Amino acid sequence: MTTIKKPKSPGGRKAGRRHPLSSVALIAIGLLFTGGAYAAFSTSTASAETSATSQQTIGEGKKLFAANCATCHGLAAQGTGSGPSLIGVGAASVDFQVGTGRMPLQMNGPQAEKKAVQFTDEQIAALAAYVSSLAPGPGLPEAKLLDEKGDAANGAELFRINCAMCHNVAGAGGALTEGKYAPSLDGVTSKHIYEAMVTGPQSMPVFNDMNITPESKRDIITYLKYLENNPSPGGYALGSLGPVSEGLFLWIFGLGAIVALTVWITAKSN
Amino acid sequence: MAKDDNSGKDLAAADSSGVGHEEAPAGTAVVVRDAVANPGLPPHRLRVTDLDPSAERRAERTVYTLFYLSIVGSVFAIAAYMAFPIVPEDPGSVRTNNLFIGLGLTLALMAIGIGAVHWGKALMFDHEGIDERHPVRGSDETRSRSVEIFQEAGEESGIGRRTLIRNSLIGALIAFPLPAVVLFRGLGPQDDNPAALLSHTMWKKGTRLALDPTGTPIKASDITLGSAFHVIPEGLQDLEHGKLEEKAKAAVLLMRLKPEDLNELPERKSWSYDGIVAYSKICTHVGCPVALYEQQTHHLLCPCHQSQFDVSNHCEVIFGPAKRPLPQLPIAVDSEGYLIAQSDFTEPVGPSFWERN
Repeated sequence: MTTIKKPKSPGGRKAGRRHPLSSVALIAIGLLFTGGAYAAFSTSTASAETSATSQQTIGEGKKLFAANCATCHGLAAQGTGSGPSLIGVGAASVDFQVGTGRMPLQMNGPQAEKKAVQFTDEQIAALAAYVSSLAPGPGLPEAKLLDEKGDAANGAELFRINCAMCHNVAGAGGALTEGKYAPSLDGVTSKHIYEAMVTGPQSMPVFNDMNITPESKRDIITYLKYLENNPSPGGYALGSLGPVSEGLFLWIFGLGAIVALTVWITAKSN
Repeated sequence: MAKDDNSGKDLAAADSSGVGHEEAPAGTAVVVRDAVANPGLPPHRLRVTDLDPSAERRAERTVYTLFYLSIVGSVFAIAAYMAFPIVPEDPGSVRTNNLFIGLGLTLALMAIGIGAVHWGKALMFDHEGIDERHPVRGSDETRSRSVEIFQEAGEESGIGRRTLIRNSLIGALIAFPLPAVVLFRGLGPQDDNPAALLSHTMWKKGTRLALDPTGTPIKASDITLGSAFHVIPEGLQDLEHGKLEEKAKAAVLLMRLKPEDLNELPERKSWSYDGIVAYSKICTHVGCPVALYEQQTHHLLCPCHQSQFDVSNHCEVIFGPAKRPLPQLPIAVDSEGYLIAQSDFTEPVGPSFWERN
């Protein structure tokens, strides 16, 4: 026991020895330095690339596509047995699918689910530039349509007519057939909402500009953001799922309280 | 006592049957002696409050504290009503107002209830008594006397003898509910045959398909592949009366598929236009709006009872309780390129009804 304690006790040697954590700190500083330098270098080159949507960006995107997407979508994005053709889907579709992490697909399933984004913004832009260079398609939405300052009331009416049957009137999402589902719209960025309406990803139908005008799409986004930023006046919304969660809550807690009270009333006092 | 009488009778019947066994033959009810003896009531156990004076005082304190708490709750509710007024235009104020008034009232009522129950259980006189259940059957005297009373009443009122009075009373009782029938009938459509109303919608030859809710007519070229348009007949927005009734029948979902994906019935080949098809949005099960369109599988899902329709296969039912496919609206394109209806639906939309053929 004493031998184990021994190296801890002498204080004189402390000055001469390095702290046990110093090597870890040194490595961390070194990594931070190289990483930071690399990041600074790569962002400067990337911004130079995106400033001119040039053949170079498209070439960059083509390389990324060949490395990450071509297995399923084909080397020329023409589609294969395991993935659809991407000719004419446009930059909006790429930005939505890759920007929400749905693509590249992690595994086969009823539908591609939202997950951690696999590419940087520059890489997504390069992929989008490449795919939109193949054939014209829906482009990225203008910033003024995403400012969330439209008419929320009109947006709410359009949402109820066109979207609420799948996404729930409060945007909480809902089930479709055979394991597919309409995802919750809570926390989805304005840009991705807009792109989803224009491109109709997966099971979702397309809502083109003749069906819902760009200004109306802005209103719908305004409504969804209003819902996000204004809590339900009725108090805790239980996920806004309607009778399922509300009924479950009452069955368990409401009836539970009644049963507990009944047991207490009829039990003999001690 | 009655039970004993019966068992005696049963035993006698078993003896007279001449089988000679102690038990009755199969099929004859025998009153068997209960194998489990009645354990009786458990001994009376005194409560802590009966034995320990300090526990009794504590219980008393609890009860009156609860009643005082109730007063606090009531005062709190009044204070909350004043402190958190409902501000128009601010739904959040409704929530705080309701929450605090509710908390105060809950405290006021719950404290009275819990206090009263605790008072009764812990402090009130703890006397155990047994109330025997009365036999359901009355005594023979009571029964025969009741029959007599009815007979006397019948004779004294003369209901059997005075047939005019009796029959007119029966007639009056039959006539009494008739006004209700007439009044309830007044809630339905008055001058029209309801079955005919259910069989026809606002669509007729040449009606343009328009966007819900604006009423803007739709051009065939506007509908891109994979689109789903929610459609009303043009002119529905301008209706003075019955707008909702007409919309409930005429709502249509317009979809565009690849023409090669459509498997159309031979007699309906001319009902679509370049892969654009229009189907009634009203479920044939109980009339919910079917609008959950999956553009890749071309399935339509009804959110109420999960009926599924296959749009590529003339909307036939592939799952769920619906029995008939969704009615298809025959469409065409007019000279200006707008989508128009060729006619009304060729069958009544929505759920079945009595007169439906």
